[in-house]
Amino acid sequence: MSRTAWLAVVIAFALVAPFAIYPVFLMKLLCFALFACAFNLILGYGGLLSFGHAAFFGGASYITGHVLKEWGVPTEIGILIGTLAAGVLGMAVGVIAIRRAGIYFAMITLALAQMVYFIFIQARFTGGENGLQGIPRGHALGLFDLNDNYAMYYFVLAVFSLGFYMVYRAVHSPFGQILRAIRDNEPRAISLGYDVDKYKLQAFVLSAALAGLAGSTKAVVFQLASLTDAHWHMSGEVVLMTLLGGLGTIVGPAVGAGVVVALQNYLAAGPLGAWVPVVLGVIFVVCVLAFRKGIVGEIRDMVKKSF
Amino acid sequence: MTDQADHILTTEGLTKEFKGFVAVSDVNLKIRRHHIHALIGPNGAGKTTVFNLLTKFLIPTGGHIRFGGRDITSAKPAEIARMGIVRSFQISAVFGHMTALENVRIALQRNEGTSFHFWRSDRSLDKLNDRARELLTMVGLERYADTTTVEMPYGRKRALEIATTLALEPEIMLLDEPTQGMGHEDIARVTELIRTVAKGRTILMVEHNLGVVSALCDRITVLQRGAILTEGTYAEVSTDPRVKEAYMGRAQ
Repeated sequence: MSRTAWLAVVIAFALVAPFAIYPVFLMKLLCFALFACAFNLILGYGGLLSFGHAAFFGGASYITGHVLKEWGVPTEIGILIGTLAAGVLGMAVGVIAIRRAGIYFAMITLALAQMVYFIFIQARFTGGENGLQGIPRGHALGLFDLNDNYAMYYFVLAVFSLGFYMVYRAVHSPFGQILRAIRDNEPRAISLGYDVDKYKLQAFVLSAALAGLAGSTKAVVFQLASLTDAHWHMSGEVVLMTLLGGLGTIVGPAVGAGVVVALQNYLAAGPLGAWVPVVLGVIFVVCVLAFRKGIVGEIRDMVKKSF
Repeated sequence: MTDQADHILTTEGLTKEFKGFVAVSDVNLKIRRHHIHALIGPNGAGKTTVFNLLTKFLIPTGGHIRFGGRDITSAKPAEIARMGIVRSFQISAVFGHMTALENVRIALQRNEGTSFHFWRSDRSLDKLNDRARELLTMVGLERYADTTTVEMPYGRKRALEIATTLALEPEIMLLDEPTQGMGHEDIARVTELIRTVAKGRTILMVEHNLGVVSALCDRITVLQRGAILTEGTYAEVSTDPRVKEAYMGRAQ
């Protein structure tokens, strides 16, 4: 099947899905899928393992929650402010972290994200351990009441599509070409006259902002911004989603997020409820040992070989 | 002609120390415009260190580097590349997961001014394809345009590297052991290629293969233990007893 046909099937499925599957679950899935796609931009295409992306995801959800609740701005503006705030935070973290690579980069991002986390615990506007509750969903474009789960779902689907398209565009852009070149051979990119740190920083800021878009949207869906979203567990989970789905593939992280969120949701209700982290851990180990390229990466290779 | 116009790249008292070990000591190089200049010497003589100092991949502990009269001692690597000093590496420096065409295009893209544009389609780069193909043809790689670089033979990768470097229209090319690890056939091809691309350009190369050096180079600087032993044409250098000793002394 051609790519357009695939795309049509996926869109058709996304449009009818809420009539078959619980919309809130689907919205959660879309938010995490966008988060993972944003993360993939810096890990899969930038070659930098950030271990602090929860700060952008959680941070944006707090900011959006606060401006929606206290300032009473329209929903779209609230999400936009959250996204921009995540981008600014990404700039601050990036400027410090980008000078280092590998494990040092991961550690610096983790440390800075933990600092942000402690600010969220202490700051008054976040509601501390209780989180920021009762965030109003508002109206989309001032017309559609988002308290209706179906309206909310299509709103989230639109946000996801926009975010996903931005990731796709960035990867397949002149900028994306330079990013690929840097990941392939950094000294050579330097010797051709590219200031590689500036490219990495831009990728990092984009990734942070899009992670923020996901976090802001999630806050609106659940009407809640909580510490869970800013905790380092969340930074680890997004690494898991990305690797499981397929690092450096466009749809892989979304698939990985789907698998992880679905497992968490369905296992939590069953007898394995308390064992979710263990099950996820086992899946992760199996994936890293046997399917290094992730679900989508492996399928892509199989398809390539069979033709 | 003034001295500065005659010499495109010069160093004065160039020195690099690594925690007490002097890798390069007081090197005064003068590279004439449109020359092919070779840097030779036994293993560990500091050739690659000099190379990395010139291209700013290492920071000198002493001395000055001038390019066309400008002091570039404290410039950054990417900066001097934009001025027109473009280097190659000992190991072939290509973008392995991209096609040969894309490799050349990365270099051509720099002058487009759209390299930070993440909202633009990469199809906007297709207009560079013709020029990229021209460059590939120049180095005999037209057949490989759509081949992923990791799948190309070693000698071809080095040719691709030269095509990529040429895309930047460099004033001076610095080649780090361009024939290292090659078979006879590839050596002959790359030697010929360097001769072709050297027209109207300046080349400084580090090279082990004295056959290549004698065939190509206008001027040769011999390094030993981080310092200049002698300098001259191939005929002068090859008959210098100190040079023979530097090389033969090792074999005993």
